[in-house]
Amino acid sequence: MLYFSKIRIILIATFTTIFVYIFLSNFIKFDDNVFNKKINLGLDLQGGSYLLLEIDNSPVITQKLQNAIPEFKKFFKEKKINLRNFKIVDDETLIFETTPDKVNEVKDSLLKKEENIINEYYPKYRAHKFDFLVDQNLFKLNFSKYGLVEIKDSSQSQALETIRRRVDEIGTNEPNILKRGNDRIVVELPGLDDPSRIKNLLGKTANLTFRFVIKGSEETFGSEKLEFEDGSEEAIVSKRIILSGDNLLDAQPSMDSETSETVVTFNLDRVGAKRFGKATSTGIGKRLAIVLDGKIISAPVIQDAIVSGSGQISGGFTFQSATDLALLLRSGALPAPLNIIEERTVGPDLGQDSINAGIMALAIGFLLVILFMFFKYRIFGLIANITLILNLFLLVGILTLFEATLTLPGIAGIILTVGMAVDANVLIFERIKEEKKGEKNQLIAFDSGYEKSKTAVIDANITTLIAAVILFFMGSGPIKGFSVTLGVGIFTTLFSVYFIARLLTSLYVTKNKHKEKLI
Amino acid sequence: MNNRISFNKFYKLFNIISSLLIILSIVLLVFKGLNFGVDFKGGTLIELRTTDKIISVSNIRDSLNQLNLGDVSVKNFGTDQDYLIKFEKKDFNNPDFISDIKNKLASSLGNSFEFRRVENVGPKVSSELLKSGIIAIVLSLAAMLVYIWIRFEWQFSLGAILALFHDVIITLGIFSLFSLEINLSIVAAVLTIVGYSMNDTVVIFDRVRENLRKYSDIKIFDLTNISINETLSRTIITSATTLLALFSIFLFGGEILKGFSLAMILGVFFGTYSSIYIANPILVFLQVSQKTILKEEKD
Repeated sequence: MLYFSKIRIILIATFTTIFVYIFLSNFIKFDDNVFNKKINLGLDLQGGSYLLLEIDNSPVITQKLQNAIPEFKKFFKEKKINLRNFKIVDDETLIFETTPDKVNEVKDSLLKKEENIINEYYPKYRAHKFDFLVDQNLFKLNFSKYGLVEIKDSSQSQALETIRRRVDEIGTNEPNILKRGNDRIVVELPGLDDPSRIKNLLGKTANLTFRFVIKGSEETFGSEKLEFEDGSEEAIVSKRIILSGDNLLDAQPSMDSETSETVVTFNLDRVGAKRFGKATSTGIGKRLAIVLDGKIISAPVIQDAIVSGSGQISGGFTFQSATDLALLLRSGALPAPLNIIEERTVGPDLGQDSINAGIMALAIGFLLVILFMFFKYRIFGLIANITLILNLFLLVGILTLFEATLTLPGIAGIILTVGMAVDANVLIFERIKEEKKGEKNQLIAFDSGYEKSKTAVIDANITTLIAAVILFFMGSGPIKGFSVTLGVGIFTTLFSVYFIARLLTSLYVTKNKHKEKLI
Repeated sequence: MNNRISFNKFYKLFNIISSLLIILSIVLLVFKGLNFGVDFKGGTLIELRTTDKIISVSNIRDSLNQLNLGDVSVKNFGTDQDYLIKFEKKDFNNPDFISDIKNKLASSLGNSFEFRRVENVGPKVSSELLKSGIIAIVLSLAAMLVYIWIRFEWQFSLGAILALFHDVIITLGIFSLFSLEINLSIVAAVLTIVGYSMNDTVVIFDRVRENLRKYSDIKIFDLTNISINETLSRTIITSATTLLALFSIFLFGGEILKGFSLAMILGVFFGTYSSIYIANPILVFLQVSQKTILKEEKD
């Protein structure tokens, strides 16, 4: 156990040196560009905002069912099958009827696996988009589990893109936007101590439509009564959409030169410009409502045909609200409304205080443990202490190498590792002491001390590792940081004890093997 | 033999004390319950720092009570210029919720304060966090049970797991008794306690097993005592260094880590105690003998 070949010594020394270098690169700016990774500080240490958003998919599901109605009608019409009495119940079930003689044919179409355009088949899930029940000639369709997964996945991806564009527009520094599950999105905004503007922007679906205001029920497309944004009045608006936010190429806040009012100007794409031109030329004298998320921003009377493909929205904006609206329009609509279900914000000075407190606690804890070990074991305490210091370098070095995120509980994990890391050396040293009682040969006593304490050391560390692994998978945010430092700490501890400490012990013991009392 | 302290003389006494403590803890947990923080209960937490001496706990509470926020709690947090405010209401639909509160506070208290930390946890998230916290603890206990079962015999596994239960329940009982807040970091602490306490138990068990092989004529009652004594200096030194680290977190690591380090300190204390006085008496009770481990080795 005590013998180390030259190659092994060199390997251990090189390995350790590399990690000491990586450790130091966090604090000292080396001019060599060999390594430029750094430990990330968690939001609780650098300050910032964490938002957890949940996508409310129910409107998307209803919309998809709505869209299915004309598709079904068209598909079966071509097969000369008449479907009627379409209904959507509870926002999740589509009901329709057919004639009793066609029930089986409809069933077959729904169950088809290849190129099924009305009820898509997902080979990877071995399931269709819709599950259905047949009651005589009545069909009841629901999205299957996997149909819902597809919907959720796609709206999550779309929402992520839109959120990224919105957050990027605001220009916060290094935002972190991630999917969680299939209907949630995490937004981490380092350095942001007041997230109310972002929350305002993310809380809006930004579904923009241009629709005519109508009187009575003259519209075949149907109509709905909508409120104005400021709650001042209501208007009946056609359901026919002339333009939507998708047709917008750009939107910017600006000042109307005549009224000196703050407005949002926009440019339309080709299709949009054409449609806008047509609508404005046929609808002179009518009011065109600009509807955002179900509320009318304004409904100006059309004075002239607008064929230039650009226009402006007024609505009593302040410069800030015009800027935000323009931003929302540029970044596009969210596929579904988002709810913020968790928010955690830490101010930058609290973060700094936490860093200072963490470093202070680490320094003091470290010093106390080192003094304790030195007074208890003297020369071997010194070996344990050198090991402990190198262990700390290794731990921080590995965290740096993987660009792990260091949180306040993570620092606590490092301090705890310092306290518990000496355990392995203590186990070994105590065992050696015992072995020496029955063994005259110092070298053999050391050897069997290491050998016999091995199971205890490994078992003891594995138990802590189990706790760390479970915490890693079950914990969130800062707690995850704790489990990472605790878990990595176990590996660095085992390495430093069985390689570094044993090497130092071996060097010392072989030099001083004739001394009476070594430990 | 290194048999200085007769720990085994007190097995009965401490088992009675431990049983009483566990019953007391369960009674507390059932009837008084735990003081869940916003992580697990949902609601809003604001850490506020003032630069004005006039602002006091009652000031802040009075101004907040006018805002209709549900059950408001305000208390000092570390220094006398830091306050921790908690209330049930969280209004996610209003993105200006926090700024509104800030403005209303400013109108009654003046501008000499800042929000250092804001946490807003919705009911869905808090119940999920609670659920995953409980699962994590149960899972870690189960994992330890299985691990010890694999490494030792079931008698050892049972002893170790009862010791863990003992530590976790009494630590939580103390948190209940003093109404200390249970948040995410406490779950982390409990899991670490599970790991630590196990670590301590395993070291003694490892020695018990070794001694079982070595001595066929010593009864398990005395054998556990020998093993405890042989590993005693290690137990003391490791507990001491771990406690040194924990006390420095408790004293210097800032307010946020206070609850965490306190739970850990209690856990290390009870973990060390239970390794000696719960895990070992179980081996005696289950009449573990040389046969127990020899059977294992034959397999």
